Parts: sequence; C-alpha cells; structure tokens
Amino acid sequence: MQVTSPAFKQNATRALADVTLQKAMKNVETGFIAKRAKAAEALPEFEALRDAARDLKTHVLKHLDLYLEAYEKKVIASGGHVHWAESAEDARRIVTDICKRLGARTVTKGKSMITEEIALNDHLEKEGLIPVETDLGEYIIQLRGEHPSHIIAPAVHLTKEQVAGDFRRVHTHLDAGRDLTEPVTLLSEARAVLREKFLLADVGITGANFLVAETGTSIIVTNEGNGDLTQTLPKAHVVVASIEKIVPTLEDVDTLLRVLARSATGQEMSVYTTFSTGPRRDGDPDGPGEYHVVLLDNGRSAMLGTEFEEMLRCIRCGACMNHCPVYQQIGGHAYGWVYPGPMGAVLTPTLVGVDKAGHLPNASTLCGRCESVCPMRIPLPKMMRAWRNREWERALNPAALRTGLGLWASVATRPALYRLAARAASLGMRLLGRGGRIARLPFFAAGWTANRDMPAPEGATFMDQWKAKGGRSA
Amino acid sequence: MTSAPRPRVALFVTCLVDLFRPTVGFAAVKLLEDAGCEVVVPAAQTCCGQPAFNSGDRKDATEIAKTVIAAFEGYDFLVAPSGSCAGQIAKHYPELFAEGDPWKARAELLAAKSHELISFLVDVRGVASTGARFAGSVTYHDSCSGLRELGVRAQPRKLLGAVEGLSLTELEDSDVCCGFGGTFSVKYSDLSGAIVDKKATKVEASGATTLLAGDLGCLMNMAGRLSRKGSTIEVRHVAEVLAGMADGPAIGKTGKGR
Repeated sequence: MQVTSPAFKQNATRALADVTLQKAMKNVETGFIAKRAKAAEALPEFEALRDAARDLKTHVLKHLDLYLEAYEKKVIASGGHVHWAESAEDARRIVTDICKRLGARTVTKGKSMITEEIALNDHLEKEGLIPVETDLGEYIIQLRGEHPSHIIAPAVHLTKEQVAGDFRRVHTHLDAGRDLTEPVTLLSEARAVLREKFLLADVGITGANFLVAETGTSIIVTNEGNGDLTQTLPKAHVVVASIEKIVPTLEDVDTLLRVLARSATGQEMSVYTTFSTGPRRDGDPDGPGEYHVVLLDNGRSAMLGTEFEEMLRCIRCGACMNHCPVYQQIGGHAYGWVYPGPMGAVLTPTLVGVDKAGHLPNASTLCGRCESVCPMRIPLPKMMRAWRNREWERALNPAALRTGLGLWASVATRPALYRLAARAASLGMRLLGRGGRIARLPFFAAGWTANRDMPAPEGATFMDQWKAKGGRSA
Repeated sequence: MTSAPRPRVALFVTCLVDLFRPTVGFAAVKLLEDAGCEVVVPAAQTCCGQPAFNSGDRKDATEIAKTVIAAFEGYDFLVAPSGSCAGQIAKHYPELFAEGDPWKARAELLAAKSHELISFLVDVRGVASTGARFAGSVTYHDSCSGLRELGVRAQPRKLLGAVEGLSLTELEDSDVCCGFGGTFSVKYSDLSGAIVDKKATKVEASGATTLLAGDLGCLMNMAGRLSRKGSTIEVRHVAEVLAGMADGPAIGKTGKGR
C-alpha cells in the first residue's frame, strides 16, 4: 500500500471538504462512544480488568521469546505448521507458496489488519490468485478498490447509499429494480454472493486476535461468522498474525476478551469467538486439511526495550480512534497508511519511518481521550511526544518552527527580557484589535485567524499591572 | 485545610493570562486570598514551557522548567489558573530530568505542591462557596489537561453551584477537546478550526449566554470561533465569575461588558 502520510495536511483538508465523508463520520461519534460508555459502566470490574489486561500484556512482552517458542511447539504438536516471517515480503512469499503448492485459485479472507499491513491482496492478485474479502465492510471496500479507514469498521467512511451504488455496479446478475434502501437488504445480498465464494475457496486466510501459548490455539472474534466459513471450508487455513498477539493461557484470553468487545463496539462479547487448534483430525466432521500460522515481526521486535514497547500491548479495538476528535473529523484514509487514529500515529512511524509519517504524531491536540479509553492503558499521548522528540533530534520539523521556538525559548528563559517582549506584544496586538478582537494576524499566526478571531489583550500585561499596584513579587 | 494557618502561595500567572487576560490573574489572587492564602507573584516567571515540550524540543523545555523550579520551589504551593500549565509542572516536569540528576528531585518536590486553581480551592483549601453573585445562564467546558491529567471536573461545578443567581446548563460533550492543542491550532489550522466549530455549535445549542472554562488557551480558541460565527455568547475564565470579577468585557469583547 502506498504511503500517503507525507501528504497528511492535504489529505485532511480534502476530507474536511468531503460532504459525504462528513455525513458518514457522524456514525462514529453517535455509535461507538455511547455504546462503549454504557458497556464499561455496566461492568463493575471494568477498570480493574483494564489493569489486569495491561499487566498481562506487559508481562508477555518481557518474555515474548519464551511464549512464542512454547506456542510453536503446541501448534506443531497439534499437526499445524509455524512459519516465521521477519518482513512483510517474507510473509507474502510464505502465503503465496502455500497457495501455489495447493494449486489454489480462489482465496477467501477473514478481516485482518495484518494482511493489510503486508499488502497481501495486491500480491496474491499479481500471482494470479483471486482474494475475496468475506467481512462485509472489507468486501465493500474491496469492490471499491479502497483500503480500510478504521481497524474494526473498515467501511465506516461510507454511507449506505454509496454501498447500494457499489452493489448495483458489481452484482449485475441481480434484478436492477431491487430495493436496497435498508442496511439489512445490503447485508442479505452480500451474504448470498459471498456464500458461493466460500464454497469455491481453496485456501482461507484469517488474522488472529490472540495466539494461545498454552494450547497452540489461534482465536478470532467476528460479528458475521464469515471467519468460521473462511477457515473451515477450504483445504488449508492460513493464520497471519504478528508476534505480539501471543497470550500465555486461555484464562488470560478471557481477561482480554472481556475488555476487547466492550471497548470496541460496546458488546459484552462479539457474536463469534472462534478457537482453532491444528487441522482437521480423524473423525472431525469438518475443518481444513492443513493449518498454517505465519508469525510476522515486521519491525515489532525492534520496538521492544524502546519508549514504544507499550504500543505492542494494543489489541486493536479501535476505541482510541473512535474517541479522537481529529479522527472523527477526517476519517482514517487521511492518515495515509494502514493504521489510523492515535494508535496509527504511534505505530505508523515505527513501521514506515518517521520521515514519512512525521505528521501523524503531531496532528494531535494531545487531549488524552484516547488513553482514557484504551483498554490496555497505552500512554498514547506520551508516545506521540516521544516521536516528536525524535523528529526534533533529527531536525525533521519545519525550519521556521525550529527557529521560532528557539527564539521564543531564549526569551522565555530570561524573565526581564520576556517582560519587555510581552509588553511589546500586548501593545502591538491591542493596536491591531478592533472591538476587542483581531480578525487577521501575520506569519505563523495567520493559521489561527484563518478559522477564528484572536481576542485582543485586555490591557497592559498582568505583571505590569501587578507591579504598578505594588503587589508582592518576591 | 492545610496545617499552616496562612500558606504562602506562589501564583503561576501563565503566559496567556499575563498577555491576554490579566483579569484572570487578579481573580486568582482574590480567590486565593479569600481562601486564607498569602499570595506572591514571583517576578522570574515566564511560561511553563509547553510549546517546546510538546514540539519535541526537550532541551529548551528543560531550561524553561529549571527557571520555573528555581523561582517557585521556595513556597508552600504553586497555583496556576490553568489545568494545562499546572499539569505540565505537576505531571511532566519530573519526566524532563534523568534519575540521579539533582534537578529531578527538585522537579518532583515542586510537582507535588503544584495545583490548578479551582481544584486547589476545593480540594486543598476546602472552599465550598466563594460568595460570588452572577445573574445569568452559563455552560462549562472541561479542558483536557485539567480533566484528564489532574481530575478537575467536580470542583468547578461545586463552586459554580454556590454562585448566587447563576444557572449551569451542562454542555453536550463537555469533555471533548475544543481543538486548541497549543501549536496544533496554527500547525493544523483547518483541523483545529473544524474541531472548534463543532464545539461552538454545541455551546450555542446549550442555550447558555456565557461559556466558562478553566484554561485561557481553550477559552481564546472557543471565543475566537464564536465571535467569527457572529455569536453573542460571552466567554470567560471560570475564576472571573467565582471571584465576582465578571463585570468587565468578556474575552474578545470591548465596551462595558455586563
């Protein structure tokens, strides 16, 4: 996937002017937030569970090697195969090799952000395979040639009218006069179309919400049941998962599941929680003949031991973006790569480079609402600041900002000089003021007055007035 | 109440109050004195350093922090009429120094006695009413740093509830950022503008004639957007109302005010 993060500003401006997108984004605000709040409130131990979830994942990250090796042994013992992929390229090659060996043509896919991260669909198509997304949202954006704009609601940027238009364009075998005004009719139509694809598939690819070291099990949570059909019907089930998905025991999974759905959609549980351990055994009524797990690193092990390690606790619930005032305004595509919102602002620079994704950790007011709802208590604002520190150290920010801040700081460390500067600024701005407000400011402050007035100073500075009144200023 | 009968409070005026809204500083002095404090305004103060800290410029942020620590560490308390600046000092100053650096211990000592004004009045000084009067309907915006870093939420509502003549209407999404974000407001001006526009619409929908908050950055942002939209809603720092000093022109207005 092409990285358009360097054009974040232009992307954002375009998104703000997109009337249809703005209409669709209202659903994020009205839907997810109230549902999460209600679910969190209804569970007395929710805050304690967040602590337990954080501590659990922190522990796992300290012993990642141990748990990964234990997991591998269990997968092999249950008849599955584990493939270690250091890079996106490695993972793509491993998946393609499996498909080719099985003579596959159609490949069904459950919803997976990891396969977005490694741009698997494009690669499979180049290799002559037909990837079919089976999650409704993913299916819709695949029809449109788009990428997900949200990690759990990939088509949240679209209105139902747009989806109806896409279905009419693509599902030409159906009656042109059919009624597609209600979401449920769109759902039924997609189900019918996808049912045939499930039966055609040779290989089914899913991600994993958790990998259990104790049992060698991979777990996915879905609301449509598409994941089950994706992984049980074809000849082979391929799980593509990043290394930090590992969890020690099934009891630990329980802790994480209890915070995951509540934080994501406000559900107590997702509709389907599917556990997969190895391929079909003798006597099993169904299941894949082969079971493969591709364990992807792609830069994650390099985050261990750095100020970004805590990001690896993320369980991909999407609460941070749902609650982000910036995400709500512009949607996910403006962020310019796979992961949007606050978690993307931290993760994207590690995966594609801060030189390309430098805008993302800066395009935040650091309001902290993301951290306040993160089920894993990831200090997202702190890590956005950590990226800003690295950008400053590498002089990646605009020269005007660096010079301006440097100048300001040299005055701010000299109180007497600062008093003079404040006095001059106060006087200057009062001269510019008309009726208490300034409609237009020059230079960097022009951005402020482009969108709002600048209140003019009331009068002389507080420090001057305080001194004049003989106030105590030891 | 603290054990000291008359604690010495050093007022951290904040750079924005100093430059744009001195009334807030005088309101803070009055509220603190009424709460039994001796107020001093250290002359060697400028800014808390957030513009540098949040831009990744740790070196300048650290130098500015040292200036503040040296000027304020000799008092019983540091109090600021801003959750954002108080949060910077109370939560982030210690992060600036390495373990073992003597400045870290000094930063931690100052952090432990630094407070946002309204929460200081209620939580530390036990103030239940400021005795102010204000005839009008107000709504209140929870500024992010005060709310999420320092837990300022109930305190301003408690004191506003005790103001005679004042009726408080809750603002929908009062806990959602106004889009200010310091340098964010000029670096990502369009985004900031869109977020504050949404806030201004909700403020108007509240039906209140006055908007209050505890941070001047947010207040200037919201006042600037409301006035650009042609709204007549008055915007003030909560301390002005609590101190009975809301007679002058509101933020971004001139003339006689109320």
